[in-house]
Amino acid sequence: MRTRVLAGAKVAGVGAHRPALRVDNIAIAERTESSDAWIRDRSGIVTRGVAAEDESVVDMATIAGGKALAAAGVDATDLGLVLLATCSMPGPLPGGSPEVAYRLGASNAGASDVGAGCAGFAYALGLAADAVRTGTAEHVLVIGSEKLLPMVDHDDRGTAFLFGDGAGAAVVSRSVNEAIGPVVWAHDGDQHEKLTIHGSPPRLAMEGRSIFRWATTSLPDLCRRACVDAGIELADLKAFVPHQANLRITESVVKALGLPETCVVARDVVDSGNTSAASIPLALARLLELGEVKSGDPVLLFGFGAGLTAAGQVIYIP
Amino acid sequence: MTLTQTDILSGLAEVLEEVSGVPADKVVREATFENDLEVDSLTMVEVVVACEEKFGVRIPDEALETMMTVGDAVDYIESAGVSA
Repeated sequence: MRTRVLAGAKVAGVGAHRPALRVDNIAIAERTESSDAWIRDRSGIVTRGVAAEDESVVDMATIAGGKALAAAGVDATDLGLVLLATCSMPGPLPGGSPEVAYRLGASNAGASDVGAGCAGFAYALGLAADAVRTGTAEHVLVIGSEKLLPMVDHDDRGTAFLFGDGAGAAVVSRSVNEAIGPVVWAHDGDQHEKLTIHGSPPRLAMEGRSIFRWATTSLPDLCRRACVDAGIELADLKAFVPHQANLRITESVVKALGLPETCVVARDVVDSGNTSAASIPLALARLLELGEVKSGDPVLLFGFGAGLTAAGQVIYIP
Repeated sequence: MTLTQTDILSGLAEVLEEVSGVPADKVVREATFENDLEVDSLTMVEVVVACEEKFGVRIPDEALETMMTVGDAVDYIESAGVSA
């Protein structure tokens, strides 16, 4: 048996796909006897992308994945693994990753979906980094893609405004220097019923207050652990990209961590809504597009959501 | 140590000031969180988490449903403190 411990792992490129269709708060507020101000106050969300009827999880994942490969300068045939984090495929089988890999031409790759709700991207990124470090793959494509709107109850005042569609991706590549910190992962399975997609047709249900409480009380310690494990001080972070669940959770965690003003905080939820497993790569891509982070910057990613489950790590910007 | 209603009321006022900037003189038993103090349900979660720490009691999510006024919260914390 040969075990290879070769080198480090790095994020080599990032890509995003935001649906062309947008829906603002007014349309949602009318249906739920709510208001634009109430939605903004509760979540920070102003608008969100909505996948077209014929725009699937796989379609969006393929576009975002292709952009990440181009940004990384990696050929699809050199991918050893394609991981798709999603919770919004139309049915339990098949997973979306084989079709994504096929369409991208990743003919030498394995393909698997990762189911960890809104924490899925951070879980997949951790698995990808380990696969690269141990030599089971030289390059791994990690994608988060979600089409949640068809599963949302559009008459539920508490959740109708919260979600959005989209996809984001990152290529993880072998690296001489380690540029992805150890993943910190955790769960609170006792609260498994707090966020579910059940039924036929599938409907999303969420106890927002419980999730808010768990997230705001659990995440600060988990975030500190991810920094300790990566050997970096919180004060030296250049950016913080939490899962874009709700701006209120982000602001609460930022306050609890006491992040310095020099640390850019991703607030993509304002324009994208909560896109579950896609939110971290979408928010990271936005920071890159706006030039708010530069090569070599340490950035803390942290996902959390249904399960309940959480995962995160420090990465260095390619 | 048993907490008195007065202790709890003043402690709750401190928490509300810290979490949501509510002036202490508005924190009276009859005040409703949502309308009088403009504390919405998410801020209320932050308030009860801070109260749990301050008073050493456990306030489950279900209990939040019944806490409409400052008086409701004071009474709940008082009874939770006795059983703790």
